[in-house]
This record gives sequence, C-alpha cells and structure tokens, in this order.
Amino acid sequence: MKILVCIKQVPDMESKFKVNAAGNWYEETDLAWRMNEYDEYAVEQAVQLKQQVGEADLTVLCIGSDRVKETMKKALAMGCDRGAHIADDASYLKDPYAIASLIAGYAKDKDFDLIFTGMQSQDRGSGQVGVLVAEMLGVPSLTTLVEFSYADGTINAKRELEGGIKAKVSCATPALVTCQLGLNTPRYPTLPNIMKAKKKELISIPVADLNPQESLLEVLQVAPPEKKGGGLILEGDPADLADQLIQILKEKTTALA
Amino acid sequence: MKTLLIAEYRDGKLFGTSSELINFATQLGAESAMVLVGSESSLPSYNGKLYLADIGEAGEFNPSLHKQLILDIIEKEQPSMVVLPHSSYGWDLAPRIALALKAAQISEVVEIKDGNLVVPSCNAKLRRQVKATTNISVVTLQGGAFTPAEEPSGTPEVIKVDVTAGGDIQFSGYEEAEAGGVDLSKAEIIVSAGRGIGKPENLAMIEKLAKALKGEYGASRPVVDAEWADPSRQVGTTGQTVTPKLYVACGISGAIQHLAGMKKSEFVLAINTDKDAPIGEIADVLAVADLKQLVPILTEKLNAL
Repeated sequence: MKILVCIKQVPDMESKFKVNAAGNWYEETDLAWRMNEYDEYAVEQAVQLKQQVGEADLTVLCIGSDRVKETMKKALAMGCDRGAHIADDASYLKDPYAIASLIAGYAKDKDFDLIFTGMQSQDRGSGQVGVLVAEMLGVPSLTTLVEFSYADGTINAKRELEGGIKAKVSCATPALVTCQLGLNTPRYPTLPNIMKAKKKELISIPVADLNPQESLLEVLQVAPPEKKGGGLILEGDPADLADQLIQILKEKTTALA
Repeated sequence: MKTLLIAEYRDGKLFGTSSELINFATQLGAESAMVLVGSESSLPSYNGKLYLADIGEAGEFNPSLHKQLILDIIEKEQPSMVVLPHSSYGWDLAPRIALALKAAQISEVVEIKDGNLVVPSCNAKLRRQVKATTNISVVTLQGGAFTPAEEPSGTPEVIKVDVTAGGDIQFSGYEEAEAGGVDLSKAEIIVSAGRGIGKPENLAMIEKLAKALKGEYGASRPVVDAEWADPSRQVGTTGQTVTPKLYVACGISGAIQHLAGMKKSEFVLAINTDKDAPIGEIADVLAVADLKQLVPILTEKLNAL
C-alpha cells in the first residue's frame, strides 16, 4: 500500500503577527514554526494505517523553503518512511489552486492508495487544498473526518458537522481524506525515533519540475482587523484586578445578585 | 453582476444560512438565483428563481452528484459568482465546483470592503483583502458574518431539477451528539476554559470559579480535543451555542468557531495574557492577567462575599 500525507509548516498561532513589507502576507522573521495542527492528526492517522496494514510505504510531502524540513523531520520521527520536499521559497504567495497543482503534479504518476491532509491550515484556513488535489487526481475525497477506519480497499469514516452531529460516510480507495482536530491522539516522537528519522530519505524537488500553475487569487492587502472599540481593558496586580472585576460584575450583571 | 446562491439542507431541515447568502448578494448589489438540494416542504423565503432538486433522489451527502447538478445550473444561469456557506457542506462542495470551472475560490468571507472580499487569517489576527483573477469565482461565507437585520420575505419561483444517479461516496446516516452530559444552553452563568489553562489539572480552578459564581463550566475545542474536558462541555460551532447572562472566558484566544457559540452572551468577561487576543473584540471586559494567578484569587474573594 502506498500512502501520502501532506503537511504544512505554520507559525505558532499565539505569535504576534506583523504584515510584511510587500503587504501580501505576515513578516516571517521572529516567528516560532511548527507543524500545522490539523496535519499532526493526518500524520498520526497515516502512521496508524501503515502499522495496521503492515506492508506500506508512507511518504510525507511539504512545500516551502528549506526551513520546512525541520517540520518534515518531525513527521519522519512520528513514523513516515520518506520525505518529499517541494523546494519553493515563494510558496506563501501561491493560492490553494497553485499549491494543489504542485501536490497533484507530484502524486499523479505515483499510484497512492490513500492521501491524508489536514482539513485546513491554521494560517490561511481556506480548507481547499485537500479537495482540490483529489479532484485533480480524479479520486473521491472525504473531508473533516473525526473517525477513520480502513479495511479491504474501503474507508469507513465519520465527518464532523455542525452542532456535534456526525455523518457516516464511506468510499473506495484510491481516495483522499482531510483530517479534523480530535481525529486521534497524535504521538510525540521518541528520542530513538528522532535519531532514526535523521537517516530517512528526504529529497528536495525543485518546484519548477512540477509544472507550477499561476494562482487564481490576487492578494490586495493584508492588515490586522480594525479594532471595533472592544470593551474595557484592565491590567495590574491580580488581587486588585479581582476586586475591580467583582465591582464590575455587581454593577453590570446580575451574576452576584 | 449575477450570483448563484447554494442553500443548505440537512436531515429534513432547511438551514437558516440561506438568508445570509441573500443578504450577501444584496450587499454586493448583485442579482441572484438560488439552488437547493432539499425538499418542497421546506423552502426558503426568497424573491427569486429557486432551482430545486429532491434530496431523496440526490442524497443527503453526495458531493460529486451535487457538484454536477450545480454545474448544470451554472451553465444555464451564467453567474459570475457562486456563493455557499462556509460550513461542513459548503467547504466540502466549493472546491469541487471551483476546480470544475477553473475558478478562483475565496474561503470564509467576513466582509465586503471597497467591492473586494475580506477573509481572516492566522486565527483572526490578520485579514486579507483578495480578488479573483477568473471571470467566475466561488465564495464561501463565514457563518454569522452576513446575518441580515431582518429575515428575507417572499416566495421563490421553483424550477424543478431532475437528478441522475451517481456518486463515489456512500452516506449511511447521521450520528447524534451523545446524550447525557450538561446542557449549557440553559446555563445563566458559564465559566469556560481555553488552551491557556496550560494543563488538565488547571481545569479544577475553572470549575471552582464556576461554582463560586453558581454557574456551569464550559470549554473550548482544544481543551475537549486534548480530553481535558467532556465533549458535552464544548462551546462553539461544533459544540453548544450558549446565551448566558455572564460568560467568563479563561485563556480563550477567541477562534471564530468559539466566538460563534458564545457571542450572544449578555456580558463577556475575558481573562487572557494577550491584550490583542481576538476575544477582546467581543468582551465587555478584558482582564490582562495570567489566569493561574487571577482565577484562584477571584474565586476566593467571591466565596468570601
């Protein structure tokens, strides 16, 4: 069985974001980088599937500058067999269509039985790339999964809908699935596995080799949201704050009545 | 300009998002037609053409069939924009339609600014103004971003659409949220824990504060996903929608999915170390503090009242 998992490296979302000089994305310096949280669930599910079926080869793919290789090493330490790094310093300027074209270009002649992606990235949050890759490859896709099982060429899964309801769905492989938070419990790489990962294959493919497509979207401006005034902001010593808060709750709410 | 609005229907019910689609088209100053894979017994209030396919024939979840049916209507109507809700239905279907048309897709639109569409990035800390370079675009709308002040009225002109069988995904029913647990929708005071509590042991101090305020405790999605709190405690799009008199958000940055579930609370008090956290946008009071210090002191002082 051949499995592909696609991951993205994103900044820690707790970071302070500054708009870059070109005004088309955030400033990349002074940020801590990590694996897109949704993709951690995708990697975990792919590794679990590999362990279940035994005979499987699991590739992790990531697009970006050399910096993203650090995140790929984590995926290798979690249990992926090999890494395919699509080397592209300008990937942050590409829209979901252009990104999906690169992944489909890589995957099209490799006969993957299953492709895993996160349901969206934490920084862009478009939720398009997984489905676009599947449509480009002409395979079915199941999105927003919170449960996944595989047996004999069939995926049985549950999609998360609004209000805590799930839809039971299934399809045959080859297929692509997009993973929602909570699908599983992503493992922490162990030290021996981190050491082993250093010896695994991690090839870089120049983006030009994959027939890159023009983006269909143009970014006009990036800016922090306008402050709509918001409420009262209180700062200071915790004991003083607590007194102030109690006073406010007494005056503005019926909570302490 | 002409838009094609894709309404949403599930399990015998039309979704209220159709009024947001209509309002979005109105704000754009665009003409519109609507598509519904649903039932004649539950039609949206709408003054316009409604293409109706029977969900009994098309299936509740059959994206490749829904896609084909919508593509056929696009062929007839020639819209320059196809609009869907940014929901489990919309974000699944939109890229399928976009690729078939080789159209740019703009996901989770929150605002129209100078005729361009604005989408959130990085946990709502940034906003991007974007523009499609294609003649037709596919757009999904963030839930609640285009709620009209008044519900639309009118009766649609129904045009029935034939459904041909097909599809590569089998749908075999819904699984309801687990019964039992706590019904937060009736709680008058809720104290919720977010990722900022740091570790599961700290949930206890949130529970104690909730108790001191004679309320219930809730949690944000990351806390539930980490299994620090029961899923029945989750507030947000995929959890419960709550409208208490007082909502205390502890260590919750304010992801849009969480805000959607609690922004109708009468009074919101947020406790967060980050003064710029998005929760501050809707909080009546934001106390900039480490909850691990402030919450125990606040609880103690409340208990002493």
